[in-house]
Amino acid sequence: MSTSMAPVALSIRDVRKNFGATEIIRGVTLDIAQGERHCIIGPNGAGKTTCFNLISGRFPITSGEIHLNGERIDQLPPHKINRMGLSRSFQITSIFHRLTVFENLRCALLWSRGYKYSFWHPLGTQKALNAEAERLLEDLNLHDRHNTEAGLLSYAEQRALEIGMTIAGGATVILLDEPTAGMSNTETDYAMALIRRVTEGKTLVMVEHDMKVVFDLADVITVLVYGQVIASGPPAEVRSSRAVQEAYLGALEE
Amino acid sequence: MRMRELIFALVVIVLALLLPWVFYDWAHNRHSGFMVSMLSQMGMMIILAVSYNMLLGQAGLFSLCHATFFGMGGYTTVHLLNAVGKEGVPIPMEVIPLLAGLAGLATAIVFGAMATKQRATAFAMITLGIGELMATAALMFHHFFGGEGGVSTDRMVDRSLFGLSYASGIQVYYLILVWTVIAIGLMYYLTMTPLGRMANATRDNFERAQFMGYDPRMVRFLQFSLAGFFAGIGGGLYAITYEIVTFDSLAGALSANALLMAYIGGTGVFGGPILGAILITVLQSGVSLLSNSWLVYVGVLFISMVMFAPAGLAGMIKAHGPVRRAGRMHALIVPYLRLVLPGLALVLGFVGVVELLSFYTIGAAQGKKLVLFGSPIDVKSAIPWVISFGSLIVGIVWMKFESAHFHRVWENLTVDLRPRR
Repeated sequence: MSTSMAPVALSIRDVRKNFGATEIIRGVTLDIAQGERHCIIGPNGAGKTTCFNLISGRFPITSGEIHLNGERIDQLPPHKINRMGLSRSFQITSIFHRLTVFENLRCALLWSRGYKYSFWHPLGTQKALNAEAERLLEDLNLHDRHNTEAGLLSYAEQRALEIGMTIAGGATVILLDEPTAGMSNTETDYAMALIRRVTEGKTLVMVEHDMKVVFDLADVITVLVYGQVIASGPPAEVRSSRAVQEAYLGALEE
Repeated sequence: MRMRELIFALVVIVLALLLPWVFYDWAHNRHSGFMVSMLSQMGMMIILAVSYNMLLGQAGLFSLCHATFFGMGGYTTVHLLNAVGKEGVPIPMEVIPLLAGLAGLATAIVFGAMATKQRATAFAMITLGIGELMATAALMFHHFFGGEGGVSTDRMVDRSLFGLSYASGIQVYYLILVWTVIAIGLMYYLTMTPLGRMANATRDNFERAQFMGYDPRMVRFLQFSLAGFFAGIGGGLYAITYEIVTFDSLAGALSANALLMAYIGGTGVFGGPILGAILITVLQSGVSLLSNSWLVYVGVLFISMVMFAPAGLAGMIKAHGPVRRAGRMHALIVPYLRLVLPGLALVLGFVGVVELLSFYTIGAAQGKKLVLFGSPIDVKSAIPWVISFGSLIVGIVWMKFESAHFHRVWENLTVDLRPRR
């Protein structure tokens, strides 16, 4: 289903990023519609993760503009962008290793539930908050890991936990950076089913290497090569694009 | 708080209430001054260590200026006491530690705004600078800090909510006890709040916290400020107890002491620094009477803990939890007993060498003689040196062997108790 009529959730306008003298992102322009499932693919070093880092505010951009639901975000620090409804996961698992699985999820809920920097609410008696963290735990199928330190989970479980932490705050735009990297086929199928379920109705932008996953999931695919968008459109269109075949898919299928 | 922890805390409080009476000198109808002053010192050091651990253990912040807030609480208290005593300002004694805490808080807000922009090494460097800056300032600005002599006061200001004069050490001890319980209780409460939990979170992974709406700098700043508040309370109690505050109370050595106590006790457990503060205070009060070299022992204890037991005393106790729950503690009795003899040889050998060295140099200069079991020992003869070094070397080799054995037993015991990956 194409959602080209839906309003734009994330708009990237001629964004560039230099690291020293090297231009890594060389003028990327993209519009991602609300509710769209958008996959970014491209060879190693194309700048996919850098794009995520720029959108989420982890790195400042060199030039250009980024808008989230019509508001400019490219000058803001990550926590402010997050509060405006954009959340992300990391390519290398990023969780709180010494906290329990339950605590990880509860932390992810705190800001959006209005607790801010409170040092007066005792967490143990916040019934609605705790119930919500429990519900997330069930959703992620991690309920039997409630009190396990997150650092002791299996890799696939840690990835699931991170997805849960990413969606917990109720963000409307979700950025997932290679959520299935390093997983077996079964684990990938499970993770994708989970991602579909928990991102229902949200805008999803995903960097992914697994072409099966990409063509299964995406409404729109963007191909990034050397910091530039060489194609962007529905899967069928991208698959048949000559430029893409030459630059990327062809090389991969050899 | 779980029921068991609450009961444990209550038992400790009752013990603290009763301990001075255990050592009461019934023949002369007076308290043991040594015990009362040691217990008083323990209270303020517990506050210092636990508040330091709000940074080191809970927020992963390696601060080197924690004594600054303790000292500022202390200086504020002596000036307040002087104002109450000499000018009749109506502040009751029982409330003064709270005001000392506010002084610590205010100082921590000012310096926290500078230091908590950074984390890790940069944060440590800035706090080192702050500590040095304040120690220097204390020697320069005589009006507030009184220079090298410090500022003294008289705590018998005759303003109390309960009509107490605070003439005796035992009254001061109970004031300290009450404030220690309040401070520790509040700090425990903080660990259960959103800020407390996000301090843990930013410790583990500050970047992830950012992408969940939290500004890690703000978390660090608030945690740092609150830690300063509690340290200030400790400093206030210090000033009330000793009736004098010198620049020692905010200098680097005390900051290092806070680190030492928290680390030796164990930074990963809330009660760890309490254990550390008790141990270090006992060493300070007890061993310092017996030996010139007590600081050497504290230093070596610290280094050994860093090398062999980075989780600290509380961490070591906690590690036994799974074994105890599995009902297999008995399997550890023999391996532990086997560590006793080599441990003794090692410790005695080391103490022997240190004491011989100390008496050979400093002791001789002070005209002191090393006396063991009532018989003087000639530090110039070879025999005590040979025995000490021999015991040390045998202890080290034997300990290596035994600890390898212990390690094997421990591994076998815990391998199936660990949560599966």
